[in-house]
Amino acid sequence: MTIVKASMAGTVWKILVNEGEEVAAGQDVVILESMKMEIPIAAEEGGTVKRVIVAEGDFINVDDNLVEIE
Amino acid sequence: MFKKVLIANRGEIARRIIRTCHKLGIQTVAVYSEADANSLHVKEATESYCIGKPPVSHSYLNIDAILDVAKQSDAEAIHPGYGLLSENARFARRIEEAGLIFIGPTANVIQAMGSKIEARKTMEQAGVPIVQGVNEPIADADEAATIAQEIGYPVMLKASAGGGGIGMQLVNNEEELRKAFEGNQKRAQSFFGDGTMFIEKFIAQPHHVEVQVLADKHGNVIPVFERECSIQRRNQKVVEEAPSPFITEETRQKMLDAAVNAAKHIGYTNAGTIEFLVDCDQNFYFLEMNTRLQVEHPVTEEITGMDLVEQQLRVAYGEILAFSREDIVRKGHAIEVRIYAENPVSFFPSPGKITKLELPQGEGIRHEVAVQNGSDVTPFYDPMIGKLIAFAPTRRQACIKLADALRNYVVEGIDTNIPMLLETVTHPQFLLGITTTKFVEEYYLPSVTTAGK
Repeated sequence: MTIVKASMAGTVWKILVNEGEEVAAGQDVVILESMKMEIPIAAEEGGTVKRVIVAEGDFINVDDNLVEIE
Repeated sequence: MFKKVLIANRGEIARRIIRTCHKLGIQTVAVYSEADANSLHVKEATESYCIGKPPVSHSYLNIDAILDVAKQSDAEAIHPGYGLLSENARFARRIEEAGLIFIGPTANVIQAMGSKIEARKTMEQAGVPIVQGVNEPIADADEAATIAQEIGYPVMLKASAGGGGIGMQLVNNEEELRKAFEGNQKRAQSFFGDGTMFIEKFIAQPHHVEVQVLADKHGNVIPVFERECSIQRRNQKVVEEAPSPFITEETRQKMLDAAVNAAKHIGYTNAGTIEFLVDCDQNFYFLEMNTRLQVEHPVTEEITGMDLVEQQLRVAYGEILAFSREDIVRKGHAIEVRIYAENPVSFFPSPGKITKLELPQGEGIRHEVAVQNGSDVTPFYDPMIGKLIAFAPTRRQACIKLADALRNYVVEGIDTNIPMLLETVTHPQFLLGITTTKFVEEYYLPSVTTAGK
């Protein structure tokens, strides 16, 4: 199991995956917005999305958990 | 003159406006979000009011909260700064309806220039050259493909409500266009609430040159020379200078005339900027009009000795511009760099706490900064933390002065783009004045990626 974490503080702008969905390594799963810029966050490893931990519009800090992949 | 002005903005521009107000004996009202409680603009204003939570939608974009503070504090006028609500026609209209004065043009003019398609039509009527393209919204990718075929690739796909490069993309062929259309339309819809798209012919190796105008409420429009803002990253300006090192005197006069015609045609009032693209043959084309004070206004102030914020306040109050076009004398050369809290190579934002800040001082060096030692740079707002401006008798001297200042500019605790700025202003191409909008991709990025290997 791997957890995709936020690389910087910001707001969750878009969630690109649903729970149960297959994702590939390197695939963008969440887009954060920080300082008026969209920051795509990719899954480091492929697998099935077990849980989407955040919701669009949530404020998150650096290293916060975003998505759990199995 | 006004007795009290509210500043509906934050950061360096709020401080800049407060400074001129206080110089003119005008009291100031600052508004701020919870994230900005310790900011300098809050301390420097005569009065300050918290208007909400950190996200801009809850604070700096909250029109009702800002108008409440204006009433409560008896402010007579509101200065919107740049960004945020500065080009929001609804905000200007609400201020007008509340019996207050919006320091900028009328709501109708803002609205007309806010739509890039409408602005194209209006400028064409005013006899201002526009880039070959369409003046009607494009419904879908099929229609876009047909139009692009007629114009000829490469073309620029643009969002009519766009800004800051969002919803805009260069496409080289039909496949790229089809791929890009829907994504950009969605992004524009999401960012601006308007997914209207259009297409313009791509201008190769363009220079971005803009003309500053001042217009009073009595029909006088005066151009205040031009600024060259070609050095950009992510379609946002990073280095700006005045005068342009590229255009000839003949082109300059033609552009100033075109800008005056444009402003008169739309009934413009207050300070405004008409942006043009200039091609390698000195042909210029209308790009867009910014109906507000620009981030880069200090370079114009440095070469003319004029205080543009003061002129904004005066014309908003109803005064007649006290000078003519011929009275404005241009002297020397000024260059501004924007200091961003961001990684100097990836350009990704770098929020955090500033643990040390040292600003270089010297003759011809000007600072506009939003932060001090110990300031938190939060993820909620634009990453620009300050501007550094160098003024000297010649462009070459201004470049040297700016480079020296950048070498002595200390910011610790966060990443900044200072290494990128230093690389840029000392680059042989920059020193030659060859500053097209592709500078960062063609000269800066290759040099840093090679050096890193």
